[in-house]
Amino acid sequence: MEDFSAHLPRLRRYARALTGDRFLADDLVQDTLERALAKFALWRNSGRLEAWLLTVMHNVFANQIRARAARPSMSEFDELAQEPAVRPAQNDRLDVADLATALDRLPPEQREVLLLVTLEELSYEETARILDIPLGTVMSRLSRARDRLRRLLDGDMPGAALKVVK
Amino acid sequence: MQRPSENELHAYVDEQLDAARRNEVERWLAQSPDEMARIATWRRQKAALRAAFDPVLDETPPQRLLRAARPARRIPLRFAAAIGWLAIGGALGYALHGAPPIAPRTLAHSAAIAHAVYMPEVRHPVEVSAEQETHLVQWLSKRLGTSLKVPDFSAQGFDLVGGRLLPGERGPVAQFMYQDAQGRRLTLYVRNDAPENRETAFRYAHEGRIGVFYWLDGHLGYALSGELPRPLLLGIANAAYQQLSP
Repeated sequence: MEDFSAHLPRLRRYARALTGDRFLADDLVQDTLERALAKFALWRNSGRLEAWLLTVMHNVFANQIRARAARPSMSEFDELAQEPAVRPAQNDRLDVADLATALDRLPPEQREVLLLVTLEELSYEETARILDIPLGTVMSRLSRARDRLRRLLDGDMPGAALKVVK
Repeated sequence: MQRPSENELHAYVDEQLDAARRNEVERWLAQSPDEMARIATWRRQKAALRAAFDPVLDETPPQRLLRAARPARRIPLRFAAAIGWLAIGGALGYALHGAPPIAPRTLAHSAAIAHAVYMPEVRHPVEVSAEQETHLVQWLSKRLGTSLKVPDFSAQGFDLVGGRLLPGERGPVAQFMYQDAQGRRLTLYVRNDAPENRETAFRYAHEGRIGVFYWLDGHLGYALSGELPRPLLLGIANAAYQQLSP
């Protein structure tokens, strides 16, 4: 009945940045499309389809994070370690791998806000609606995300000089 | 000039300030090299994100996603199930009464199913849109073999989207669709196959969340369907009745 294929490129771009992994990203997109089809009657033509699909993706992503949090894994130990700086960026150009690593070190809720605002270029209001959070929370997460990303990329994160031995 | 708030600095970078305030912030930044440096960092982050992830836009999506985005056109399972139950109900009715089911109740069932099938349609909710209302009315009148009228629900906040022709149990059926500012949709289902001339009061039925008010008026059967609170739907059914039976 419905055709979401026109939205695939942007959903894939957002998912790639959110998960940092090609296969995890496409899995997230696929889960999103399946859920969107099942729930399509609820959308009822209110608002932009794109924004609604991003809302569905946020819910799927948040469920994945919760499921992962409920299952203790090695990654929890990583959280306890001092966060190393990615690597001081040489001149203005940021390496793609450095950026992906830095994004991965942002808490998921900060990463979502940063990506919706900068990559998807959504308004703060639309971002708040998609994530179902107050506007003030969007602003504080955006501010923290930018600050943290800067420190990760510029290498002046506290303790950055310490090499973490894994 | 007053120092812009932290939020305004973000809104400046994200181009979410109005033009007047943007100019003020720009002038203030020209005097504040430290803040200008922060702004430049944020802009570099944004440019880096675009440079890193925009290439995904040009990739050909994998087949599994193309399939998931564009599933084969089919009647969703739940409607197929509803149609199945309807067939069983019809067969039971036939067995119990020994006559074809002509109860207006089937009018409500058919209308609710037609509503459920077309209500979520985005691109083709109707065959003929409201801009061609005269043509729509002439066409459907001709196919139903009676002079149809399209009620106006603008006083209730619903505008005509258009209409379509559907197969009914005993011949063609007309469906008119309406939508309000919130995107809620109503359909009015009209058939001209009542075997005898009679009039009934409004009756109410529901299929899942879809409420239906239906009534017979002469040879015509009407059913108004929508996922709306019952009193609101009744008000619109009353408006329809008054306009259709002057």
